[in-house]
Amino acid sequence: MSKNSTSIAGSGPGSGTGDYFTPYPDEVLENVLENVLVFLKTRRDRNAVSLVCKSWYRAEAYTRSDLFIGNCYAVSPQRVLNRFKRIRSVSLKGKPRFADFSLVPADWGAHFTPWASAMASGYRALEKIYLKRMSVTDDDLAMIAHSFANLKELVLVCCDGFGTGGLSVIVSQCRNLRVLELNEDEVSDDEIDWISCFPSEGTSNLESLCFDCVECAINFDALERLVARSPLLKKLRLNRYVSIGQLYRLTLRAPQLTHLGTGSFGQFEGDNQELDSRASFAACKSVVCLSGFREIAPEYLPMIYPVCANLTSLNLSYANINAEQLKPVIRQCHKLQVFWALDSIGDEGLEAVADTCKDLRELRIFPLNPSENAEGLVSEVGLLAISIGCRKLESILYFCQRMTNAAVVAMSENCPNIIVFRLCIIGRYRPDRITGQPMDEGFGAIVKNCKKLTRLAISGLLTDQAFSYIGQYGKLVRTLSVAFNGDSDTGLKYILEGCVSLQKLEIRDSPFGDMGLQSGLHHFYNMRFVWLSSCRVTRQGCLDIATRLPKLVVEVFRRDEEEGGERDDFVETLYMYRSLDGPRADAPQFVKIL
Amino acid sequence: MSLETSNITSEPPSTTINVNNEIFIDLNDTELTLGLPGESRKLEAKRKFPDVFVLKLGRNDQHDMTECSVVTKSSPSKEQIVGWPPVKCYRKNTTINDCKYVKVAVDGAPYLRKLDLQLYTCYQQLLCAFEHLFSSCFTIRNILNETKLMDPANGTVYVTTYEDKDGDWMLVGDVPWKMFVESCKRIRLMKNSETIDGSDLLKKF
Repeated sequence: MSKNSTSIAGSGPGSGTGDYFTPYPDEVLENVLENVLVFLKTRRDRNAVSLVCKSWYRAEAYTRSDLFIGNCYAVSPQRVLNRFKRIRSVSLKGKPRFADFSLVPADWGAHFTPWASAMASGYRALEKIYLKRMSVTDDDLAMIAHSFANLKELVLVCCDGFGTGGLSVIVSQCRNLRVLELNEDEVSDDEIDWISCFPSEGTSNLESLCFDCVECAINFDALERLVARSPLLKKLRLNRYVSIGQLYRLTLRAPQLTHLGTGSFGQFEGDNQELDSRASFAACKSVVCLSGFREIAPEYLPMIYPVCANLTSLNLSYANINAEQLKPVIRQCHKLQVFWALDSIGDEGLEAVADTCKDLRELRIFPLNPSENAEGLVSEVGLLAISIGCRKLESILYFCQRMTNAAVVAMSENCPNIIVFRLCIIGRYRPDRITGQPMDEGFGAIVKNCKKLTRLAISGLLTDQAFSYIGQYGKLVRTLSVAFNGDSDTGLKYILEGCVSLQKLEIRDSPFGDMGLQSGLHHFYNMRFVWLSSCRVTRQGCLDIATRLPKLVVEVFRRDEEEGGERDDFVETLYMYRSLDGPRADAPQFVKIL
Repeated sequence: MSLETSNITSEPPSTTINVNNEIFIDLNDTELTLGLPGESRKLEAKRKFPDVFVLKLGRNDQHDMTECSVVTKSSPSKEQIVGWPPVKCYRKNTTINDCKYVKVAVDGAPYLRKLDLQLYTCYQQLLCAFEHLFSSCFTIRNILNETKLMDPANGTVYVTTYEDKDGDWMLVGDVPWKMFVESCKRIRLMKNSETIDGSDLLKKF
């Protein structure tokens, strides 16, 4: 848009304002705005700008380049394309998070196809696509490959519906591809050698290639050649079909790597990649993020010693190692900020982490044996040690069998910067291990003392008192996960009335019913979604909500896809969300939209 | 994926469950009580099997599931709760072998056989494998949309069971195929004394 921006007097040509005298013509204002708005990146700022007036709305719509849609059903592709004309990057999220735990039937929805076709005509200059929990088909990938000549980045997280066939089309056709990241996707094995489909001539611009979730063998020679001709490659995450010997060879080819996913980190039978016993990853001087270890042979762990001092992120969550095996590694990781591991490291392993990793921001401990009868390998002892040693902690996900209020209270006091607190006591309804009390006081302390808390997941034996605390103190909480907790509707009432920032609420197997749900009527339009499964909500209760809030899409369904959505007297799953474009047209038979 | 589960709340669940109009289960023994440590809890009953099991195979080839998934009478803590703990399923496999040979024992057969579970992709194929392996002993019969293992000579019906990683004996067919392969240690085909004509085929527990 080339307007004369020096003209500021009078109502200029084409201003179309009519009755009153404007010192600055609309076009000038918009031009200035656009030059300023390019500096606004965050969607919060941009959303605020767009609400000022129509002129600002238009200017903002014209200059927005990054599109974020938190729920693909909240708005139709057409509406989006009508408003924003110059989008370069799209971020789209589909299924509710509980789909990760088999609580959403496979054909529920979140299809990428309508978005792909709409964007294929409207956003031909698209450069980045980020999809989370969407169903993406091979045809969708082909459409992407053919429509977006300028595509630079494709990131698929927790998606399904496609296979190596679709990948081969992407890598062969997208000549500008720099980033291809497959993260926790379910990728079908179409028996296609997709790695060989990258253009084989000349240097590639590849900066990031992550395929650790692809569960099929890959052509290692082709991969090695690809890595060798990718001087810009910084992130490489291999799948478990790459042996440690092969990994070693790759690191020699790509010493500039910063993020490395090590693949199996084990030997394969008949593997002719003999590994020199003195070999190590010393070549990887720039690696700051290490993951993989899918089938770890622990005796090879010393190979990573040379990189430990530089590591800011270490993911050992697939490695069944104990404290003794962890200690020599973790003792060198002074700069570590992110650490993921299995509870096989035990409280002793956690103590070692607490001793060394003073800069730790994020900790995730996953259960080796995710069963309620498993022996508890980590406990309140480990949690307490972390809270004392890692004062800068911001985010924690901790699976354990038993816990105490005292340890949780201590963490709330020692780690005031906590933003994400997710404690999963695997044994349902388990009280404080020592006092026998419900875990109310522990979680209460977290919401009270951690003043920056925005995400909370609770567990263990909890009464309505815990919910009272959350409602009272959890003013910044945006995401709340509840499972097998609470006494009555009052618990839900506390949440919906108290948590003014609540955006995402997911509840399962808790005694919350219609009355509790009603107390959220004033707030549901402000939320991204509400999920209630195996609770005590009736169809009539859901119908009431749907009638009172016409812009809310109220979906009811059963996990086993039986029609009607009810199990005995209650609705099995209630999933509701706001939408500008009414109920979706692609709902399968078993989903009832009220 | 559909593992049936009772609705676990702080109130005791209903005492009978109607699953696909086929099986009635008394859930009194699975009643979940809230209690503080020190209070006595019900003794956890070991899993029992019905005298006859009907392995009803999936609606279509895509679902490696049985239609008839049964919540068996068992201790509350051993019940299969869908999606709990909230760990993504790929995380539940920390060691994956390339082949998975398990012993298969049949009541009354003089020796055991071994099967590589990785060769199959669904329960239907597994049953076919049993048929081939013990071809002298029984065949698969399709009756009223149900598929059973039966000795044609005397009408004996066999119950397919397996021992899982925890050492418990489970009914084959409850869990998704991949989960079964991952947790199965060995298989046993238990002879059932009921004939196929027995009318109380499904109700015993």
